[in-house]
Amino acid sequence: MLIDWFTVAAQALNFLILVWLMKRFLYKPIVNAIEEREGKIASQLENAAKQQAEAQTLRNDYQEKNSEIENQRAMLMDRAQVEADRMKQKLFEEARQASETLYAKRTEAMQNEARELEVALTLRTRQEVFSLARKLLADLASTTLEEQICRVFIHRLETMDEKEKTTFAEALKNKGNSTVVRSAFHLPQAQCEELRSTLQSLFSPTLQVLFEISPRLINGIEITTDGYKFAWTIAEYLSSWERCLGELLQASTRTPGLDSGKGNP
Amino acid sequence: MRLSPDEAIFWQYGAIKLNATIAFTWGVMLLLTICARVMTHKGILEMIVTATEMQIAEVGLKPAKKYMPFLGTIFLFIATANLCTVIPGYEPPTGSLSTTAALALCVFVAVPLFGIHSLGFWGYLKSYAEPTVIMLPFNIIGDLSRTLALAIRLFGNMMSGTMIIAILLAISPFFFPVLMTILGLLTGTVQAYIFSILASVFIAAATQK
Repeated sequence: MLIDWFTVAAQALNFLILVWLMKRFLYKPIVNAIEEREGKIASQLENAAKQQAEAQTLRNDYQEKNSEIENQRAMLMDRAQVEADRMKQKLFEEARQASETLYAKRTEAMQNEARELEVALTLRTRQEVFSLARKLLADLASTTLEEQICRVFIHRLETMDEKEKTTFAEALKNKGNSTVVRSAFHLPQAQCEELRSTLQSLFSPTLQVLFEISPRLINGIEITTDGYKFAWTIAEYLSSWERCLGELLQASTRTPGLDSGKGNP
Repeated sequence: MRLSPDEAIFWQYGAIKLNATIAFTWGVMLLLTICARVMTHKGILEMIVTATEMQIAEVGLKPAKKYMPFLGTIFLFIATANLCTVIPGYEPPTGSLSTTAALALCVFVAVPLFGIHSLGFWGYLKSYAEPTVIMLPFNIIGDLSRTLALAIRLFGNMMSGTMIIAILLAISPFFFPVLMTILGLLTGTVQAYIFSILASVFIAAATQK
């Protein structure tokens, strides 16, 4: 007999025991270990996915903020550029105006200084000329400057051309046959009488002649009546000297630094 | 020459006896238990368990973990019992019709148990009357015959292999028995696979509508 039923039963029992043993010592520990590992891996994957999602979110936030900052930076840069251009323009304008003002002030100051110098020089020259003339006349001709001026004036009157004489005569007539002789200095009595007699002999014996001292006249004598004036002063000679002096001063004030700085703002 | 290791009896008390089949079975059980206990944390056992689980799942039994202790143990027992033939003096328990019959009976009992667990008592019984009631006797005969076929197939293969090696040892030089032993290892592994896959298929057929 190939089958022994006791052995069959024993083998079935052995097999069932083996199933229990394998379940107890092989499958259960290994399956548990696998499940535990899978659980750990799943948990790690889940954490990784969560961290990745967080990282993605952070990355998106960062990119968003970065682009926002970039936009703000560009905007601020544009604004700063515009502001800087405006400020630069303003500063240039202010500097140009300041320069122009300074230049104008300097020019004016120099002109004033030149004018003052010119006036001072003119006055000084005039005084020196008068002093020199007086001294020379006193030493060489034994006469005074005023007497000589009066003499020259009388000579001018006597040598007056006819047309001028007629015009002056008419003016005297219109004025009621009177005239005023103005001089920059006090005329001595002799010169006064000489002048009166000259005028009366030239225009009318009844001509009334008045004498006045006028400081505005520069060492000269003038006769005025009804808008007509006949005069002689040394101002004509002095004006030529003043012109020469003015040209000299202008040449001296035209300094290289001033000329080069004039065109710059 | 013994046809079955059942005939080698070491101890007997009435009907109770300790023959080579039972003794070698205990040896295989001890070996498997020691290996499982010692090598629990080793990768090779994990690979075996994972591969078994995948095979069971591929047959269609899900969750595979539920069926793995039973089906996996069938494979491991038969495969170990057959592979141990390389040990001199060892006689595979699977070369005994009693062992194969016992295993087939276990499958025969396990199939309805798993079926009832999955489909319920009436659900499982109804499966015998499908597709028509006329098929009921044929289904019952089919269950019995496939159990018988399981037992005889494994027994025939293992017994014949052992017999051939024994005969070759008697009549031929040493080289041929070695070759046949190597072939027997392959056959034994294939038979273990066939037995466990057939058991899986039977259980799968019983647990699914």
